[in-house]
Amino acid sequence: MKASGKVFKYGDNVDTDVIIPARYLNTPDMQELAKHCMEDIDASFAKSVKAGDIMVAGKNFGCGSSREHAPASIKAAGVACVIASTFARIFYRNALNIGLPILECPEAAESIEAGHEVDVDFETGAITDRDTGKTFRAEPFPPFMQELIAAGGLGAYMSKRV
Amino acid sequence: MGMTMTQKILAAHAGKDEVHAGELVMAKLDLVLGNDITTPVAIGEFPKFGRKTVFDREKIALVPDHFAPNKDIKAATQCATMRCFAKEQSIKNYFEVGHDCGVEHALLPEKGLVTAGDCIIGADSHTCTYGAVGAFSTGVGSTDMACGMATGETWFRVPGAIKVEVKGRFRPNVSGKDLILHLIGMIGVDGARYQSLEFAGEGIKSLTMDDRFTIANMAIEAGAKNGIFPVDEATLEYLKAHGAKEPVVYAADEDAVYERTVEIDLDGLEPTVAFPHLPENTRKIGDVGDIKIDQVVIGSCTNGRIGDMRIAAGIIKGKKVHPDVRCIVIPATQRVWLEAMKEGLLEIFAEAGCVVSTPTCGPCLGGYMGILAKGEKCVATTNRNFVGRMGHVESEIYLASPAVAAASAIAGRITAP
Repeated sequence: MKASGKVFKYGDNVDTDVIIPARYLNTPDMQELAKHCMEDIDASFAKSVKAGDIMVAGKNFGCGSSREHAPASIKAAGVACVIASTFARIFYRNALNIGLPILECPEAAESIEAGHEVDVDFETGAITDRDTGKTFRAEPFPPFMQELIAAGGLGAYMSKRV
Repeated sequence: MGMTMTQKILAAHAGKDEVHAGELVMAKLDLVLGNDITTPVAIGEFPKFGRKTVFDREKIALVPDHFAPNKDIKAATQCATMRCFAKEQSIKNYFEVGHDCGVEHALLPEKGLVTAGDCIIGADSHTCTYGAVGAFSTGVGSTDMACGMATGETWFRVPGAIKVEVKGRFRPNVSGKDLILHLIGMIGVDGARYQSLEFAGEGIKSLTMDDRFTIANMAIEAGAKNGIFPVDEATLEYLKAHGAKEPVVYAADEDAVYERTVEIDLDGLEPTVAFPHLPENTRKIGDVGDIKIDQVVIGSCTNGRIGDMRIAAGIIKGKKVHPDVRCIVIPATQRVWLEAMKEGLLEIFAEAGCVVSTPTCGPCLGGYMGILAKGEKCVATTNRNFVGRMGHVESEIYLASPAVAAASAIAGRITAP
């Protein structure tokens, strides 16, 4: 499994309220929510993001509410992978459960800039910034987690196993 | 090797004699919780887990509170989805608006649904509140909730812990909210990421149960997996009075391993305010400066209990809310509302010019019942002050105790009680 796309870059402590503001949570329709993803800190994100793009951020990404709508709206917006220095724990669990690949890599999060083209290889954990030529290593997912993400999340993965 | 209180509860629910930090365990659940925002998503995921019925209809709690009473047609649809599922599955603990309902984390302890030694997940980040009664409880997403409803189990990574050693006694007008804001200010919004906050020390016995609920509630605001208090006489008395199940009392081992210890001297604490836009941006009340406010919210799962209502009413009694301030008081449950009415607190609020709402999470997460316009400032007893949390992205939330909120409502600016 690989991803390749343009980077949207954010800072530390990006909370779930700015990822998807609660005022839109009167629907569980993630495609609808994707239209408002990140709008309180980056009004242009939802309009400019393309399928396969990559989000890069600082520490404690996804802190705050347990709303699964946060990773789900990022995924529905087309983002192929989120790279951050660290993730808040509920977000980390939710992202994998819904099949959004996320990688912890402080070096990549520090170095990669907005607009850069980045390649990610989930089998090896290699993150390559094509603009600078630098390659970074994140902890790769074990095979079961790669299968879970490929299946689209925990529910789909479990139903295949039953 | 010694275990923390959290580790002992997880070990017991995983059928193990011992667990250590970092270990992955599959644990049995005593309660699975959801609200009107998170449950509809979980209901969508539920069929994927291969079960037609929930694992135990008495061990699931569904609470319409976030956008309930329904704020619009879409919110009504989400509540209807949850209500319908509760009926189909004969869920015992579904709490309808008006029928003994309220904000989930104030409601469940009040209904005796959480007890010491329990292992609880909830699709709401403030599920960590029940650490106040000596339970392990943590927030999860909707998929985890669906898994929990279907199987009665889920996996956890056993957390390490920060020991919070509490000594002394609060001075007047200082409460649990000031303690937890002070702690978050010390360690930061990711200071306890992936860890437990385990409270200990002789100072705990002077904390009321309401103080402990407020403190455990905001453990997530330091990034913690859970916050937990040792069980003492006050806990047991509370559990008995609320008809909770028989408690199972766990205590941390003498040689439990902590990643670090943080000390808090209650005598030295002052009323504390968290400035926009992170709960870690704390200042002592004396360092706040002159901040004129437009709104005050007193309520939420953090500070909407009867003790909070009494503190606020005590300060507001006989005075008038500043003419430029809208003060919104939201008792967190139907029972709190009734008690506040019987004690004459609602009359005190109304006479002073506050508006008293039915229980709802409403404004805390920018749903309704007190949304802020561009540039407006609000003092709130709620738990988060992120950008746009209560309304416009250019509005500001200052987190504080019920005492500071009430005093500020009168003064029209942030002030000491």
